[in-house]
Amino acid sequence: MLKPGTTTLFALLSLCACARAAAATDQIVIGDIDDLSGVYADVIGQGGIEAVNMAIADFGGTVLGKKIVLLSVDHQNKPDIGASKFREWADQNGLNMLIGGSNTGVSIAMSKVAAVKKVPFIAIGAAGASLTGADCTAYTVHYSYDTTALGNGTAGAIVKQGGKSWFFITADYAFGTQLQEAAARVVLANGGKVLGAVRAPLGTTDYSSFLLQAQASGAQVLGLANAGTDFSNSLKGANEFGLTKTMTPAALLAFISDIHSLTLQTAHGLYLTTAWYWDLNDETRAFAKRYFAKMHKEPSMNQAAYYSATMQYLSAVKAVRSTDADLVMAHLKQAKINDMFTKNGYVRADGWMVHTMYVMQVKTPAESKYPWDYYKVIKVMSGEEADGPQSDPACTLAKK
Amino acid sequence: MRAQIAVYAVLAILALAAPFLGLYPVFLMKLLCFAMFACAFNLLLGYTKMLSFGHAAYFGSSAYVTGWLVTARGWGTIEAILAGVALATLLGLVIGAIAVRRQGIYFAMITLALSQLVFFICLQAQFTGGENGLQGISRGSIFGIIALGHDRTMYYFVLAVFVAVYLLIRRIVHSPFGQVLKAIRANEPRAISLGYKVDRYKLLAFVLSASLAGLAGSLKALVLGFVTLSDVSQGTSGEVILMTLLGGSGTFLGPVVGANVVVALQEYLSDVVGAWVSVIIGAIFVICVMTFRRGFVGEIQGRFARGAGKL
Amino acid sequence: MTTVFGVPLPAILGQLMLGLVNGSFYALLSLGLAVIFGLMGVVNFAHGAFYMLGAFAAYVALQFLGVNYWCALILAPLAVGLLGIVVERLFLRHLYQLDPLYGLLLTFGIALIIEGIMRGLFGASGKSYPVPPLLQGGFNLGFMVLPIYRAWVVLASLAVCGITWFLIERTRLGATLRAATENARLVQAFGINVPLLVMSTYGAGVALAALAGVLAAPVVQVSPLMGSSLVIVVFAVVVIGGMGSILGAVVSGLVLGLIEGLTKVVYPEASNIVVFVIMAVVLIWRPTGLFGKE
Repeated sequence: MLKPGTTTLFALLSLCACARAAAATDQIVIGDIDDLSGVYADVIGQGGIEAVNMAIADFGGTVLGKKIVLLSVDHQNKPDIGASKFREWADQNGLNMLIGGSNTGVSIAMSKVAAVKKVPFIAIGAAGASLTGADCTAYTVHYSYDTTALGNGTAGAIVKQGGKSWFFITADYAFGTQLQEAAARVVLANGGKVLGAVRAPLGTTDYSSFLLQAQASGAQVLGLANAGTDFSNSLKGANEFGLTKTMTPAALLAFISDIHSLTLQTAHGLYLTTAWYWDLNDETRAFAKRYFAKMHKEPSMNQAAYYSATMQYLSAVKAVRSTDADLVMAHLKQAKINDMFTKNGYVRADGWMVHTMYVMQVKTPAESKYPWDYYKVIKVMSGEEADGPQSDPACTLAKK
Repeated sequence: MRAQIAVYAVLAILALAAPFLGLYPVFLMKLLCFAMFACAFNLLLGYTKMLSFGHAAYFGSSAYVTGWLVTARGWGTIEAILAGVALATLLGLVIGAIAVRRQGIYFAMITLALSQLVFFICLQAQFTGGENGLQGISRGSIFGIIALGHDRTMYYFVLAVFVAVYLLIRRIVHSPFGQVLKAIRANEPRAISLGYKVDRYKLLAFVLSASLAGLAGSLKALVLGFVTLSDVSQGTSGEVILMTLLGGSGTFLGPVVGANVVVALQEYLSDVVGAWVSVIIGAIFVICVMTFRRGFVGEIQGRFARGAGKL
Repeated sequence: MTTVFGVPLPAILGQLMLGLVNGSFYALLSLGLAVIFGLMGVVNFAHGAFYMLGAFAAYVALQFLGVNYWCALILAPLAVGLLGIVVERLFLRHLYQLDPLYGLLLTFGIALIIEGIMRGLFGASGKSYPVPPLLQGGFNLGFMVLPIYRAWVVLASLAVCGITWFLIERTRLGATLRAATENARLVQAFGINVPLLVMSTYGAGVALAALAGVLAAPVVQVSPLMGSSLVIVVFAVVVIGGMGSILGAVVSGLVLGLIEGLTKVVYPEASNIVVFVIMAVVLIWRPTGLFGKE
């Protein structure tokens, strides 16, 4: 009597788990585990999936005679979902490569799985420099940007232009503090001064008190060591309180989607660093055009990175004629990356993909001639300038 | 009585054989941890009618302590688990002492707000790794004798703990202490007039619930190998309420069933519906509250209430 | 330059000013919650979600219907209030005779549904809503520049709080409402349609939340997540003020805004938790809250 109820339930659930398909070895399986619905959904999300699909199509849909298949799932910014999906795909779906992450916490969890399961993981979107530092693994590649490159870019360019005194508004968590430290290091190294910094709790919507403190400090530059909604809210506030008239705003991490939603009215004059911009050259424009047709917005540097990373992985597989993780990783680490994303990129021993970074300034509404014409290039930084040719000493792989 | 034994027998066989049936051990362990969490929570909601809206505080903080002791201090597995549980107990004592003075809604609000405090402390504290969380927690071994790295071994360990906790909860409910709780739940003023120090009983129940929730958290940290802010978040507190409600508060197997359903739903739905998971969970909440108040097991029991004994 | 806590006086004054702005905002939000709880005994967990809907209603109205801010101030609360009435009629009404915890759980579920749907439709990142032209610019107060819009928020919030308080405590309608809370049967016996009254009360409380949302839209990014973090703070405010008391909610909202403002200067990392710490302290010292009635 009570049996049917509960035991059937258990049995059903068990069946669900068993019903998972066994590994398909006649396919090349690429997995994308990302934030598809939360705070990173706009800068990566579905756009990332689209970019990977474009790459697969451009590559021909097959490699080594096998069809390329893409699995995707939303990790909802939960490391347990990310890590367990990764494990499950590796154990049961014959996963050959994982791309994605977005969130540093989830990415670190997934990189640990990558090391255990020996599946290459190309991390994009996570900013934590520790992914190629203390948390590095032999199977992790970190594309696009990290806190070091961002700090070097924006802070370096502004200080050299004369913005010597800085005040930071920092998101109070690991990412924010790392960004601030990276930027502050550069400021001090170039003869500047940090007049003050204030830590705003993550998710603060009203920055007025912090902005007031920034203004009171008399600094020339307002350094925003935060991202996403935090960044948008703080910049909006800075405008409202008239700070942008007296201080130069510097975004330590901002995407084109942020600028688009803030509008040039609010964001003009802002400095930021990016790995890629849709309007840089004909190749980038061609990619962006195709992307725009599907997604109705211009791609961010991350979505371009997805395309490039997928292409590079597939090329590596083709070159070594195998999906063996060690062979592929070895190939990736000695290949030169010359594509739509970057012209002279390469993967360092610790997994960081060294590439050109651009310091941009957001145009004024008058300067913008067509939709999404938002940035003008202030400085082009070589990969070595951005993140150093040397591997992060904290990474044990770097000892090679 | 017969039916009861039969059900438990079938469940026991299924549980013991599970890893060999091709079921994914890590997923099963996750189920067990959450089932434990829900059972601990049910001790409070089902048997004492106290709705704690911040139970993730004990679950998560214990997980953090265990995780940190193992990774940063190299403590042994069992010692780390016990330390985590100790913290959860202490936290339960402190928060409980403040909350228990009030009832119903006020009690819920206090537990909610205080657990938010715990969340923010975890967010700020250095050792928790903040947004990134604690990663790479190794499972270690039981007193250096039985290594827990292999999924199957760990599964049996977690299963054993789960069974022990389940039996403990049954024992507590059926004990004289449990009877007093029942009396308090039925008619608090009368219990007071009978001379019982009602607040003390409630506090003890609260602390027990918090400790066991902590145990579940520590185990989860070891099973999955990481602890993050979501483990102390409002979302997790809400989830455990849903699990208990869905399965049936006031029954023993209810929370277990509820936990299995919710965890399985999240795992499999995340493939299909992504963001809409919270809409579905919200909808289930609403349905449960409106029409399904006794939960799965409660409903089933209600239909076959003829002296078959409580499950 | 005089300093307090090592912070220069102009900075303190600036923060206090801002604290006042935030406080009046908290007061408006707590008001809706206090009205619903005080008059219905329902803990409206969906308050944050309705606040968010109010902001989105204004955003959508502007983007797709060309409705400006001033119209949105009236229309959005009405629309969202109507939704609240539907929720009351369909769901809440059936739960009054049960343990009030069910009402809490129901509104919790409704909040999840609303937030999930908005996230699915709009994504999680914020949308920009412009400050209405009439209210752009700022007053130079000497120690800071106060944006005109923020001054408007203070005035609007305090006005609405005042009107609501007056309506409930000093008019016949309010008296009827309060009587219905105490003894619904008796009031019904007098011929008053109590269910209608209760339904309208919920709708009104929800409308207040939506109004707060519209006021907030030009200041913060309009995002589906904007309500969930705020709702717990607002609850803490209401608990501190005393859950049945409208005056308590308003006063605590204001005072807490000020305290939060000061904390942001002195110890910014704690500004998130200062409300909860105060709540814990108040509850230990005075379990029914500062103005509580029990």
